[in-house]
Amino acid sequence: MQFGSRRRKIINSAQTELYGHSVQFYGQPPLENISLTEFETFAVERLKLLKTVETLGVSFVKHSEQYSKKLESEFKNLNFPYRPETVSIEFEKRRKDHISHFILRLAYCQTEDLRRWFIQQEVDLFRYRFNDLPPKQKLEFLHRNNLQYDTISVEEKKALQDKLVNSSYAVSGITVEDQDFYKVPFQDALDLVRTRKVYLKAGYVYIPHQDIVTIVLNDFRTRLSKALALTARSLPAVHSDERLQPLLNHLSHAYVGQDYSIQKNVGKISLDQIDSLSGKSFPLCMRQLHQALRENHHLRHGGRMQYGLFLKGIGLSLEQALQFWRSEFIRGKVDADKFDKAYAYSIRHMFGKEGKRTDYTPYSCMKVILSNPPSQGDHHGCPFRHSDPELLKQKLQVYKVSPSGISQIEDSSFSLNHPNQYFVESQKVLGGGKDIKRETDPQQRSQENATTRASTAAQDTAAKDVAEMTEDLDSFFQDG
Amino acid sequence: MPSSDYDSASLPDLLPLYYRRLFPFSQYYRWLNYGGVQKNYFQNREFSFTLKDDIYVRYQSFTTQNELEKEMQKMNPYKIDIGAVYSHRPSQHNTVKSGTFQALEKELVFDIDMTDYDDVRSCCSAADICSKCWTLMTIAIRILDRALRDDFGFQHLLWVYSGRRGVHCWVCDEAARKLSVAARSAVAEYLSLVKGGEETMKKVSLSDPIHPFIRESLLVVEQYFPRYGLQEQDILGRKESVDKVLGLVPEDVRKDLQQDFQNERKPEVRWKLIRDHATKKKAAGKKGHHFDKEIMLQYCYPRLDVNVSKGVNHLLKSPFSVHPKTGRISVPIDLKELDRFDPFAVPTISLICEELDRPRIGEEEEKAEDDKDKENEKDAAERRKIRDYKRTSLAKYVKCFDQFLDGIAQSRKGELLRKSDLQKDF
Repeated sequence: MQFGSRRRKIINSAQTELYGHSVQFYGQPPLENISLTEFETFAVERLKLLKTVETLGVSFVKHSEQYSKKLESEFKNLNFPYRPETVSIEFEKRRKDHISHFILRLAYCQTEDLRRWFIQQEVDLFRYRFNDLPPKQKLEFLHRNNLQYDTISVEEKKALQDKLVNSSYAVSGITVEDQDFYKVPFQDALDLVRTRKVYLKAGYVYIPHQDIVTIVLNDFRTRLSKALALTARSLPAVHSDERLQPLLNHLSHAYVGQDYSIQKNVGKISLDQIDSLSGKSFPLCMRQLHQALRENHHLRHGGRMQYGLFLKGIGLSLEQALQFWRSEFIRGKVDADKFDKAYAYSIRHMFGKEGKRTDYTPYSCMKVILSNPPSQGDHHGCPFRHSDPELLKQKLQVYKVSPSGISQIEDSSFSLNHPNQYFVESQKVLGGGKDIKRETDPQQRSQENATTRASTAAQDTAAKDVAEMTEDLDSFFQDG
Repeated sequence: MPSSDYDSASLPDLLPLYYRRLFPFSQYYRWLNYGGVQKNYFQNREFSFTLKDDIYVRYQSFTTQNELEKEMQKMNPYKIDIGAVYSHRPSQHNTVKSGTFQALEKELVFDIDMTDYDDVRSCCSAADICSKCWTLMTIAIRILDRALRDDFGFQHLLWVYSGRRGVHCWVCDEAARKLSVAARSAVAEYLSLVKGGEETMKKVSLSDPIHPFIRESLLVVEQYFPRYGLQEQDILGRKESVDKVLGLVPEDVRKDLQQDFQNERKPEVRWKLIRDHATKKKAAGKKGHHFDKEIMLQYCYPRLDVNVSKGVNHLLKSPFSVHPKTGRISVPIDLKELDRFDPFAVPTISLICEELDRPRIGEEEEKAEDDKDKENEKDAAERRKIRDYKRTSLAKYVKCFDQFLDGIAQSRKGELLRKSDLQKDF
């Protein structure tokens, strides 16, 4: 008896060292043995947690009260650590946190897409938990993990005071006086540089102690990215264990919803149907692109990608796509020869017939909203996120989205996150022989609801305006 | 300066001449070799060529300057693009195990294209440019050059005229070449103030506090705005234009201004009225009082394509490449003479080829020198070639390029000295 408990104590003190802090960088992999059941349970629960992180991140402004509340309750439900309490209380949870992270690394290191998703959610999760730490614990974390950056002298601080205060909403004259400022190479603080929330001089950003979290996040992201690349190399050994392979496969497929990459119904749509389909079953973004294409006989690269992949997703074959784009571009300034030389290549590329032969998947709403914002001359993007409120209102009126009542579609908890999903659902409804006009309205509404949620998630004020605007639109429609 | 009537149909005849006697190969190699400090840096660089009949070939790479010359003289490309330095020789990328052929480094680049300003220039549209709207490029260069140097600490910037309607910037510092995709995108976002596509009316929104970068940029814009915006583009003159500008101010201010403008026609005074309203709003402590700055920025601030800057493997038109439509050479821009730069004075390939034939004084003496060095024929050919571009309008641009390369070499020397100092045992 005594022998057993003494042994347990020894292990505990080593683990105390490892789990002494509620938040960790996951630098060291776990070394113990665990059962297969625990392996599977831990992994599945962490996956649930990460998916919650993803959904909440789109539905709410990150770190708003609602976001924090919901995330914290998920921590509780799944038994993950969220309190910086003493080790003994939280030991099991931290151990689970540690192990589950490493298991998911195995599942999510295999492709670029999986890695990107995993890193994004883990970073968001880490950010939440680090932010939650009291200041002393934040310092402790920094020291544990060897993040040393130089501070600037008091004289330099004084000289730069105005610039420091004007660079960041959160920095006041008092901040400059009271806090240490760190000089960090800009490559280590990209988030702050990108959003211009920091003072930048000669390649260094000047960060008050209170903002060091962004740096920490960057470090976390870089370390995780490198680690995943390394993990991918040792995968063959892992996959050779038959107990693990099916589980890992299941885990990595669980994150993607339908991505519309596998073409169904190829060739079931004919080119002359596209005009009428665009009015009936295309989401607003694609309808806009189609119209711009018809009007200008041209689309820029961003628009060609977004719309071209969507068409592939609804079932256009490569030959049809080539014919479609070609016949439209020829009406414009492009002659047949030039089309064949310049544009045909990129269409074949979309279908995976050129270059590295990646069969590109149609963009999800998240991708359309968050990446490659449109600039002058572009027609791509998400109208609910990228358009002027006035113009959007006008457009919706033109497209005859009349305020409509309840319908069966709305009742069937239909949440939209992919343009091709809109198309499929719309076609289903239309195929069911119901009244066309009535059905497309609620479609438009729930789409707009989904993007309202997506819009409110973005952090800049511009997006907040859009959110307010779409809420207004909502009531506009409800008022009949 | 006459551009000697360029006709794209004569390219097949002019290009061989250009690549044989005018293209500054030794300077070009000096640039892309970067002192030979990193192994295989030049050899692993991707070039792409657009040949006659729009044939496009990628993954071209060369082992020496000589090979580069010979190939270019053989293929006579209509367009040359420069890509990234890869992990292996691009010309052999098919032999490399799938997944291991990677783009490792490339200069940080920016592409400013006049068509991105179509919604705010009234003098031209699409591919056209004129001396009026060229000011936009001047402003863009001033703002971005300052920011890249002062804010980001970069030192070796090469600004190049694209040949038709824009400018490119090549940031060649070692730190810049090693930047990740995320870092490049962050730099480009930091430098972006004008956001929105066809569907957005108001493309610039400022909120307090105004970041030092925006302040510095405004200083440049304010310098050019009165002449460029109020006079040349006359944005407060013509009705549709006035309406557009007023569309960018808050509604309450707009109504007042519409009334005021009925009695006031002079653009300078109208602008003062707008500024006064902004001052008033600020004094009243109300939000949204930056509309005067927002107007200036929307009409003048540089618009860059983030996608061009983001990708490590993105291919960009090479300096000294010919623009097939205009015949103009993509020449470096001397920032010391920026305000005097005239895109219509940039030499065309037809001009410089013609200048080759113009007789020069003192040519007999040089001929005698040539005969002396008959044993070392290559040297003589080299010297002849150097003399060749020197007698054309291309000379001053190659000189500018030389100065840029000297700067990089200096830095490199300094860096090596520093490194060897650190390694010395004391």
